[in-house]
Amino acid sequence: MTSAVSFKQVSRHFGSVRAVDAVDLEIAPGEFFAMLGPSGSGKTTCLRLIAGFEQPTAGSISIFGDRAEGVPPYRRNVNTVFQDYALFPHLNVLDNVAYGLMVKGVGKAERLKAAEEALSLVRLPGYGARRPGQLSGGQRQRVALARALVNQPKVLLLDEPLGALDLKLRENMQEELKSLQKVLGITFVFVTHDQGEALSMADRVAVFNDGRIMQVGTPEDIYQRPNTRFVADFVGSSNVLPPDFVQRYSGQRRWGSLRPESIRVSSATSGDGVAARLVGTNYLGATTRLALDADGLRLHAVVPAGTALPAEGEAVMLTFNRDSLHLMDEPA
Amino acid sequence: MTIAAVQSNPTPAILPGSGGLRGALSDLFWRRPKFLLTLMLLPPLLWLGIVYIGSLFALLAQSFFSIDEFSGLINREFTLKTYSDLLQAANLDIILRTVTMAALVTLASAVIAFPIAYYAARYARGRWKALFYLGVMLPLWSSYLVKIYAWKLILAKEGILTWLLAKLNLLWLLDAWLSLPIVGGNSLSVSFTGTFIVFVYVWLPFMILPVQAALERVPGNLVEASSDLGASPGQTFRNVLFPLALPGIVAGSIFTFSLTLGDYIIPQIIGTSRLFIGQAVYSQQGTAGNIPLAAAFTVVPIVIMGFYLWGAKRMGAFDAL
Repeated sequence: MTSAVSFKQVSRHFGSVRAVDAVDLEIAPGEFFAMLGPSGSGKTTCLRLIAGFEQPTAGSISIFGDRAEGVPPYRRNVNTVFQDYALFPHLNVLDNVAYGLMVKGVGKAERLKAAEEALSLVRLPGYGARRPGQLSGGQRQRVALARALVNQPKVLLLDEPLGALDLKLRENMQEELKSLQKVLGITFVFVTHDQGEALSMADRVAVFNDGRIMQVGTPEDIYQRPNTRFVADFVGSSNVLPPDFVQRYSGQRRWGSLRPESIRVSSATSGDGVAARLVGTNYLGATTRLALDADGLRLHAVVPAGTALPAEGEAVMLTFNRDSLHLMDEPA
Repeated sequence: MTIAAVQSNPTPAILPGSGGLRGALSDLFWRRPKFLLTLMLLPPLLWLGIVYIGSLFALLAQSFFSIDEFSGLINREFTLKTYSDLLQAANLDIILRTVTMAALVTLASAVIAFPIAYYAARYARGRWKALFYLGVMLPLWSSYLVKIYAWKLILAKEGILTWLLAKLNLLWLLDAWLSLPIVGGNSLSVSFTGTFIVFVYVWLPFMILPVQAALERVPGNLVEASSDLGASPGQTFRNVLFPLALPGIVAGSIFTFSLTLGDYIIPQIIGTSRLFIGQAVYSQQGTAGNIPLAAAFTVVPIVIMGFYLWGAKRMGAFDAL
């Protein structure tokens, strides 16, 4: 089966800056694929390489088997939902959505009908006559989505589309995007710096850092079995344990990752476990996040709300299952 | 700052007024911002309202007076006689000539200005941007007359342009152009073509700057979005860039159009002996002493500009504002 998007040793250098550096990537057709990473990690440049706004300085890109280097954006059947939506301010919502069909020469009646249907799909029927300036952020986001989907792209690219929305709206849109993708079966490539968003929406996640892909896998792989310290720390702020520490508990001298929710905290001062001191508590509603100091090693634990907690500064004992200590591939 | 210093900070939470007239005025202005605004706007409003608009209305009123053809005295009775004089064939000729010239100059300025403005808004950064502003503004710093006389020398039969074309063996091209009716003449400096070239040169900065400002406000990702949605560069220009730059082009064209309509120096120095509106006004109020007709002539550009703006608005030129 041909990949929807395939990168082979793709690099994009801006002078001495290696925005994307020798990246290999295969995205399957119909997949919801997330590119996750901190800002400046190269994830957006990768998206722009697929869209055609950037050309690779080395390597080859193919989209559904066709070579994409040197092909301008307007000849790619790929559409983008921009971070700040990029709606045309001088056109009303309906003309914005119909724009792609208009430049392809689709007749007026037909394209306006298709645009109206696309607006219904994103649950904004009847908004066609308004100007983008009269819409809220969430509505603009839906219009941008409709404007891309009306062209029935082979791949839909989403560049942090939910970044500007408030929390409640973001959660709604996450669910909607996910179900829309299931219904339409279009390959979605989604760029985000929010690990929660990537884990909850994507079929597979690629974690980017410094222009390279650190790990690709299902959300569970990425979360439970990070292969490097960077991935462990960036995705879900895992406790990264140094080789010396890990050796004591697993016998192997490797870097380890221990999820904060796998750590149990008790106020016992003796017995099995890691002796530590409670440095601070962060109340998060459903859970409480504890900052711990285990003989100079800074650890975090997450405990359910309502758990009886020792006072700050007190000595505590930390225990965890050996299974939940994940050993990483990264050399010690 | 140490923690101890923060905790023992002796200053009170509310600071006392600074006292005196200045303190009282500052507090007053803060409490009543509109008062300050009125104070600041009063002088320019008086200037614009009384001196400027007032004299404009005085001028308009003059156009409804008439001149006694025997005595040359002005008859201060309201009449439309001057306007019927204005509509004589010779005067209509002047108006048509001026409006055509102004329209052509505006069109040419827009076509030349757009790429320059586009480069400045999209690509020029730092030093290059400074160079752009300098390059566009520099001609405005030197005397208008010096520039026009310089152009007279450039366009003259013995001038550098003829010399250059002769060196390039392209003199036949110039001769062919000059032998055309209306736009031609003995040399470029005594033809409408010469007048046109100098008008475009002199007013071009007034077109470049507003277009550049309009393009500067177009987010770059709109161009990307258009291309992403399948629009070729030409389609992106027609459907996105041009409509969004249109308010700037219209703003620039107000300058180029009205400045050409009113100018009387350029056509006098470079061009044929046929009059433009500005020259007609100049001779009517000067040598001919016919102030009412001169006033009626100046009403023409005002009316034309009014129609122009009304038409531009109806065509949606300001929708993207």
